[in-house]
Amino acid sequence: MAHTLGEKPNVRPYILVFVALMVLTLITVAVSYLDLPTGQAIALALFIASIKGSLVACYFMHLMDEKRLILWTMLLSALFFLFVLIIPTITAGNTITL
Amino acid sequence: MSTVIPYTSEIRPDTGVTNVKLGIWLFLASEVMLFGSLFAGYILLRTGNPEFGAGSEALSVPMATLNTVVLITSSVTMVLAWAAAMERNFAKFKLFMGCTVLAGAVFCVVKAFEYSAKFEHHLYPSHSTFMAIYFTFTGLHALHVVAGMLYNAYLWLPGSKMYHTNPQQFANRVEASGLFWHFVDLVWIFLFPVLYLL
Repeated sequence: MAHTLGEKPNVRPYILVFVALMVLTLITVAVSYLDLPTGQAIALALFIASIKGSLVACYFMHLMDEKRLILWTMLLSALFFLFVLIIPTITAGNTITL
Repeated sequence: MSTVIPYTSEIRPDTGVTNVKLGIWLFLASEVMLFGSLFAGYILLRTGNPEFGAGSEALSVPMATLNTVVLITSSVTMVLAWAAAMERNFAKFKLFMGCTVLAGAVFCVVKAFEYSAKFEHHLYPSHSTFMAIYFTFTGLHALHVVAGMLYNAYLWLPGSKMYHTNPQQFANRVEASGLFWHFVDLVWIFLFPVLYLL
């Protein structure tokens, strides 16, 4: 969806996303007081953060209706990011002997 | 002899976007790698040390929660400022951009209180691996907040003259600044649980 100067963009989704982000922030903080096992706590916190991050990227940053070039650029950097995350795992078996 | 590259507000037919938009997204892609590699380093250091988690107990969850609320609010006022610039409503733009700059300043003030509380307890980056990561991460993020806030303040005050002279270019500037600001918000959304809550 292209935005044209002089036309009012629909701001309703922004307000709804704002409310959702606030609610999810409250949930994140509330869950941290439950003292879940570390593994579950990390998984849940990252899951909620991913939802929040996607809402910001899709709506505030208009990634949902952005051109292919932008989407491919960001997808590529997301893949590189995943690769960087995986490096510690694939090198975990390596030991340094002196 | 100097070469001047003229600014264009038009959408390029080959890329399908304006130059400013492609430029800011490429910059954000490099930012993903900057923060991404720090995240990877954090995960490696944390999983490699079973006693690592104890570090986050020294941090203030209420202050960080307050800053999360402040930053999310500033993100919505930023997108509303852009919508106002597109809608051609100058008073509304001024209001929402002013709120965005103010929220950025509030974030920095809260962060300053947070840091000074750490220093009072003699918690410096040299204290532990966790504190080193905490200061690196939040310091780099705070630098981004300051940079975004300064540019937003420019668009809000002296730079807003362009609203009247070149409305399309101005709206593009606000959009690009907004993309950076939302990215800074997005990074904080991940930093907050990872550093303070886990």
